[in-house]
Amino acid sequence: MSRLTELALVAALMFGATGSHAAGRYEGIGRAATPAEVKAWDIDVRPDFKGLPAGSGSVDHGMEVWEAKCASCHGTFGESNEVFTPIVGGTTKEDIETGRVGAYIRGDAPQRTTLMKVATVSTLWDYIHRAMPWNAPKSLSVDDTYAVLAYILNLGEIVPADFVLSDRNIADVQKRMPNRNGMTTRHGLWDVKGKPDVKNVACMKDCRTDITIGSSLPDYARDAHGDLSAQNRTVGPVRGQHTGNATAAAAIKPHPALELMKKNGCSGCHGIDSKVLGPGFREVAKRYKDDKGAESSLSARIRKGSSGNWGDVAMPAQSQVSDADLGALVKWILSGSPEN
Amino acid sequence: MSQLPVRPGRIRRAPEGFLTPEQVGDVAAGRRDFLRQAFAAASVTALGVSAAHAADGDPAILNLPEHSTSLGRPVAERPYGLPSQYEAGLKRRESPGLTRVAAASVSFAPLQGLFGIITPSGLHFERHHQGWHDIDPARHRLMINGLVKEARVYTMDDLMRLPSVSRIHFIECGANTGMEWGNVAVPTVQYTHGMLSCSEFTGVPLSVLLDDCGIDMKRAKFVLAEGADGSSMTRTIPLDRALDDVIVAWGQNGEMLRPENGYPLRLVVPGIQGVSWVKWLRRIEVGDQPWATKDEAVHYIDLLPDGTHRQYTSIQECKSVITTPSGGQTLLDRGFHNISGLAWSGRGKIRRVDVSTDGGRNWRTARLETPVLSKALTRFNIDWVWDGSPAILQSRAMDDTGYVQPTYRQLREVRGTRSIYHNNAIQSWKLAESGDVSNVQAY
Ligand code: HEC
Ligand code: HEC
Repeated sequence: MSRLTELALVAALMFGATGSHAAGRYEGIGRAATPAEVKAWDIDVRPDFKGLPAGSGSVDHGMEVWEAKCASCHGTFGESNEVFTPIVGGTTKEDIETGRVGAYIRGDAPQRTTLMKVATVSTLWDYIHRAMPWNAPKSLSVDDTYAVLAYILNLGEIVPADFVLSDRNIADVQKRMPNRNGMTTRHGLWDVKGKPDVKNVACMKDCRTDITIGSSLPDYARDAHGDLSAQNRTVGPVRGQHTGNATAAAAIKPHPALELMKKNGCSGCHGIDSKVLGPGFREVAKRYKDDKGAESSLSARIRKGSSGNWGDVAMPAQSQVSDADLGALVKWILSGSPEN
Repeated sequence: MSQLPVRPGRIRRAPEGFLTPEQVGDVAAGRRDFLRQAFAAASVTALGVSAAHAADGDPAILNLPEHSTSLGRPVAERPYGLPSQYEAGLKRRESPGLTRVAAASVSFAPLQGLFGIITPSGLHFERHHQGWHDIDPARHRLMINGLVKEARVYTMDDLMRLPSVSRIHFIECGANTGMEWGNVAVPTVQYTHGMLSCSEFTGVPLSVLLDDCGIDMKRAKFVLAEGADGSSMTRTIPLDRALDDVIVAWGQNGEMLRPENGYPLRLVVPGIQGVSWVKWLRRIEVGDQPWATKDEAVHYIDLLPDGTHRQYTSIQECKSVITTPSGGQTLLDRGFHNISGLAWSGRGKIRRVDVSTDGGRNWRTARLETPVLSKALTRFNIDWVWDGSPAILQSRAMDDTGYVQPTYRQLREVRGTRSIYHNNAIQSWKLAESGDVSNVQAY
């Protein structure tokens, strides 16, 4: 008996139900969803386009959406790898014809862009609509989603510059996806009872004589993860090794504001020198160096959120920061963000 | 080896607060005189007592410490307890350069310092695609729709009234050990294998909820799980899995889930890669085809040598790793050691773990510590006396289907080196005469 029928039986016995598949077996628990509720949450789009809402958008309009809402992170042509791997690039006209990305077959792909991987255009529509822009997910309208997707597809030369993508022609676009024939589900890792593709035997004695060390940790990688001695216990059978210029690093204490920046989530969007989503903190210090009121005005803007001072991306209100942390952070930013 | 009363790890910490690499080297080489000096200095400077002579015994015994001669701290001073200050080194850490922004990134669990099979909730690895949230449970809802008689909505109050189960399962990211497909890239087991955790999860079986909605067993073939966060992570799960041991969970290790792990509700999909364990779970849809969502059509696809990608690779095959001693650590001494590690399989229970100290030439079978549970971490231990010569330590697990964890050579022959995902190869740790352990690939 399957678990399900077992459960159904138990439920039937418990509640004297008939055992037919009526919904709501546990008295007083759960309720029917209203159609509006289902519509609000059921936003997924399948490869056969089930779930795709009607609408359309042109490449031209998509370019406007892209520049306003996407380019800051993904680059004007979807080429940026500042925030994430590039979206566009690495596919050819030939790939569009064959549906197989040649760079994989030749093995000369320096990196894998989204368009080189994705086989199903529905995936992009669904994902952009549910999750992008990254910092304001679910804010794109249906038509803007079509438009911005049309723009991405045009950058990949899958659709022409005068194209208007819609629910009516998206199935034709699917026939031009560069990696549409590049996926396989013939493997043993989908079904628990699937057949493993790699086989070893549990030999116990004199198993091999030709053991070689094929790869060892390069020195730079040993040091790249900080001081390993501080990542292990101070008692027990082992100690961590001293790496990453441990002694030099220990002598110079990091500035406590660096920890505050992490703790309050600022480092997700700000670097000290580099722009991430928001400006690098040293740029901020430069801009306000002669502004006497900067300390209070910046505190207020961080607390309430701000926009329009540095670019198209807004900073959401940082209400989680305590007054003490905020004061310390702003002082530190205006003093040029010393690192120790 | 002579029996000295003073041994590293048993004395107060040396004055500088740690042994220098040279000192550790000295210990391994059998030179211990400096330790007596260091320890004499420590007892003078740190305790301010000069009475104890090294010859009389260990000052940690002879000079009563402050904790033996003073009043300790009151109850509930820390209403939610914290680890000892001396344990601060064992924490989740990021691997530099792995990802570009911290809200779409990974932090790894410090496997090098954990015992048994349960991961403390605060050390559970993290993988977020669009940051984490601390969601008000009173406002959280779970919806089930699609091929069901009635689409239904449940509050947390509803769910927590239902018959619940508690089960111990491992969760491993499909990309765990992914950085090492081509060659050795990272120094310690935290970074090679730390996208792995194991907890006791409490919740209601998904089958109970699907049944409650009147699932259409004739047409249903897959379910989609969807999160409530910005990424609204979506993953397809085959129906036979969904009806088997999948749990809609709110509990983790006796308390509620941590926000980073999906508070107040996440899916637990035993044996399947972590991305399917959708956090902040808001919806389950029943359907008849897979969805090919972003994280099953652009990521979590395995590139093979012939240029095709395997899609919907989900099961975490049998794997193991030695956690003590492991990369980046130094053995303080020759002599007896307990080699300890973890083994797990997404297809069932661990049947056996063998350990080699000579790079895979000869193997001995390790002890499996109880409990040995299906799709849970299993702790193994084996006695070993280190004679001070170089060694290569490996562990090789076998699950109850008879599948044996493969070598790098075997894995690459079939899957090449570009896959990123599902690397379950045998891990090698090289032990040098100095006592230093480092990450290598021996084949
Ligand atoms: C604030 C920075 C940011 C903005 C703005 C942004 N994105 Fe993204 N985007 C990201 C990040 C980060 C990811 C990776 C998320 C993850 O790890 O799951 C991503 C992923 C994607 C992907 C999937 C790529 C892949 O290979 O997985 C697409 C497609 C995409 N974005 C499109 C867009 C579009 C279209 C817009 C504008 C409407 C946009 N993004 C705006 C940061 C951003
Ligand atoms: C989600 C991303 C994000 C987070 C998190 C964030 N910021 Fe910002 N921040 C921005 C952006 C974007 C801007 C630029 C806004 C603009 O153009 O006005 C900005 C601007 C600023 C400025 C300059 C304000 C001005 O008016 O010139 C300061 C100072 C600042 N942030 C500090 C912080 C601190 C401190 C934190 C953490 C408590 C923080 N930010 C967290 C995105 C973020």
